[in-house]
Amino acid sequence: MQIETFEYDVLVIGAGGAGLRAALEASAAGVSVGLICKSLLGKAHTVMAEGGVAAALANVDDRDSWKVHFADTMRGGQYVNNWRMAELHAKEAPDRVRELEAWGAVFDRTADGRILQRNFGGHRYPRLAHVGDRTGLELIRTLQDQGVHRGMDVHMEFTVVRVLTSGGRASGVVGYERERGRFKLFKAAAIVLATGGAGRAYRITSNSWEGTGDGHSLAYQAGAELMDMEFIQFHPTGMIWPPSVQGILVTEGVRGEGGVLLNSQGRRFMFDSIPENYRSQTATDEDEGWRYTQGDKSARRPPELLTRDHVARCIMREVKEGRGSPRGGVFLDIAWIKSRLPNAEEHIKRKLPSMYHQFKELADIDITKEPMEVGPTTHYIMGGVRVDADTQMSTVPGLFAAGECAAGINGANRLGGNSLSDLLVFGKRAGEYAAEFAKANKRVAVGEADVNAATEDALKPFEHAQSGGENPYAIQSALQDMMQSLVGIVRTETEMQKALAELKALRARAAQASVTGHREYNPGWHTALDLRHLLTVSEAITRSAIERKESRGGHFRDDYPEKAAEFGTFNIVTRKAPDGSMEVRRVPLPPMPAELKQIIEDQE
Amino acid sequence: MPSAVFRIWRTGETGGAFRDYSVDLVPGMVVLDAVHRIQATQAPDLAVRWNCKAGKCGSCSAEINGNPRLMCMTRLSTLPLDQPVTVEPMRAFPPIKDLVTDVSWNFKVKKTITPFTPRPADAPDGTWRMQQADVDRVQEFRKCIECFLCQDVCHVLRDHKMHDRFIGPRFFAHTAALEMNPIDSANRVPALKQQHGIGYCNITRCCTKVCPEHITITENAIIPLKERVVDEFYDPVTRLLRVFRS
Repeated sequence: MQIETFEYDVLVIGAGGAGLRAALEASAAGVSVGLICKSLLGKAHTVMAEGGVAAALANVDDRDSWKVHFADTMRGGQYVNNWRMAELHAKEAPDRVRELEAWGAVFDRTADGRILQRNFGGHRYPRLAHVGDRTGLELIRTLQDQGVHRGMDVHMEFTVVRVLTSGGRASGVVGYERERGRFKLFKAAAIVLATGGAGRAYRITSNSWEGTGDGHSLAYQAGAELMDMEFIQFHPTGMIWPPSVQGILVTEGVRGEGGVLLNSQGRRFMFDSIPENYRSQTATDEDEGWRYTQGDKSARRPPELLTRDHVARCIMREVKEGRGSPRGGVFLDIAWIKSRLPNAEEHIKRKLPSMYHQFKELADIDITKEPMEVGPTTHYIMGGVRVDADTQMSTVPGLFAAGECAAGINGANRLGGNSLSDLLVFGKRAGEYAAEFAKANKRVAVGEADVNAATEDALKPFEHAQSGGENPYAIQSALQDMMQSLVGIVRTETEMQKALAELKALRARAAQASVTGHREYNPGWHTALDLRHLLTVSEAITRSAIERKESRGGHFRDDYPEKAAEFGTFNIVTRKAPDGSMEVRRVPLPPMPAELKQIIEDQE
Repeated sequence: MPSAVFRIWRTGETGGAFRDYSVDLVPGMVVLDAVHRIQATQAPDLAVRWNCKAGKCGSCSAEINGNPRLMCMTRLSTLPLDQPVTVEPMRAFPPIKDLVTDVSWNFKVKKTITPFTPRPADAPDGTWRMQQADVDRVQEFRKCIECFLCQDVCHVLRDHKMHDRFIGPRFFAHTAALEMNPIDSANRVPALKQQHGIGYCNITRCCTKVCPEHITITENAIIPLKERVVDEFYDPVTRLLRVFRS
């Protein structure tokens, strides 16, 4: 079959923050760059990021430095992070933020005219550069506007169905453009995956329809390894009412600005369970917590700003023990600050404009006057493609990954604000090293048989229409319910074994998924193809979670509720075995240099 | 369970037509929920753009009961449900399928606007000093989510089809964000007058009315830009000076 073909030195898949930053860097290196986006340019999930980008600029508190940021990130990740990535991230994030300003980003300002920084969970000092609560929009628009003037080719509304390899090296991708449903072949010397997360494997999620783990699954099928897949971040504060908005994110910025969590008895329950390793950094009373949010350097942070995994579990506990809000969550109250601040109403609207807007329009709630009802929502996957820390290259030569679809920087739990800095730091690195790889290595030939196999496979859902296959939406919905109930925030061996059996059954159903209509802009077809990615990712999450018989960060097991030192010495890695089954193994953590260990000890 | 009828624009081989779908109602439902419901149960191939479902990405623009709106931010409780709710694509752009239109013209227009061009950095570390008061007005324009509803409603584009000489409200707001940025050093005023056609705007304020981000496009972006064009090209003193200089 003859299909339209494009050739690039570097091909970037995904146009969120990581993909755009990678494409910019590769363009700057003077190679030809193609950028593929699943939606329109500028609509990627990065746009949803609210709170800010973490970087130790030390504009607001001069005690901050890359060392503190590094130690915070490692502590937040429960020390199974890749130390080298955490180090590079903490060191390079400030430059990545400053360069955004040079490209036109307009951050909120300090009194002396520099970039303002705000408090966030797990960060010792105010560290998040931000624009109100729409930082992600600012970031993506800035990168997008830079990108279109740099001569990269942008292919919008294009979906990749397979990453091709030749002789063990990445050689290109096959996919289809949504508008006409036509297949296209991209040949490239280096490919960067920047496809974001996989939240759509769960019923309640803050992720858009795009978060179906495409990059995770494409890399896995191409022979790359996935790591840390058991670590899923359930963000503590998602909207829970009305049902149609369930899961939509409520930024941690609300708590950073002084918002408090209350149970049905009006108690600030977060004061009841402060983990030992955070006790010395946490406020002892409400007054100290408030002073911290208002910039008092002698105060320690309120317990609402503990790490997300911990806060989410505390909320679950309150609900389970009967102290939840009427609709099964807890209360998040920012309106109370009017007892402390003159003009509190104006202040809230100014600092949290889109939260004000979101609750007013979608839930009839005025957050300047009444509390919100919130509960945990699937937000982020710490696991992803296993990459080299410096270059972001996967175990498949020529295949790179950056941002949420790559693993390592976050360990068992990501700190808020570290994703925007992650995608800038490692998006840049992926672009830089992909360009270098493309300069040093010519493109390898793409196997025609592989291309045909990929397109035939992608068209199968249309064939099933004749034989009466199943509606892909129904299968996706069944998968989401299953993952939510069996591999959710609280996990057990029995339930996860059951999940594996159900995944097998769902896979059989997905193989018979059928679509009606023609190929042009057909969301049913798209859903049928997304399902395959979701199933692969769900299996990797489940198998990795079974292997980790302890509780750590985003992975909590009711049958092993404690952290086990033994499990802090390795990461769990999955890959496709020669017989096509999923192989799970433990890979020891790389040893950390003494000077970094020292930094962590000094910051304790 | 109460239900409502959604009259949705569907395209086929021979053009388009409205089709009615009945949907069971759930508390707090928005129009996009209803469209998803129809997609999942009655019309799996119904084409619609959406991403964030929280009014932040600007993908799900459509005309609901004739009004340009984001589907994800239009609650059913704000609509009369005793009659069918019509949902149709933005009419100012070429149709692709069902509720999806070809908005690529907007991306081409943006490329014609001189990009951000900062003056040399204020501090040795390569950073600038700006006061919050000076960036407030820029930040208002940068709230834009590029839903293109303002472009859809603008009569210069919708009725007069002047896409080749008028960039539309979205890109006047974009130009204003650049022109009013305290550290930008480029001059986009001549282009505004010549290629970008700001003179065609007769400030009917339709764009401001439909903006889901509540950006005051007309008063805060377009009118000040028009004033800059007047200052640079029609001020009698400057005009006289220009005559002498040439």
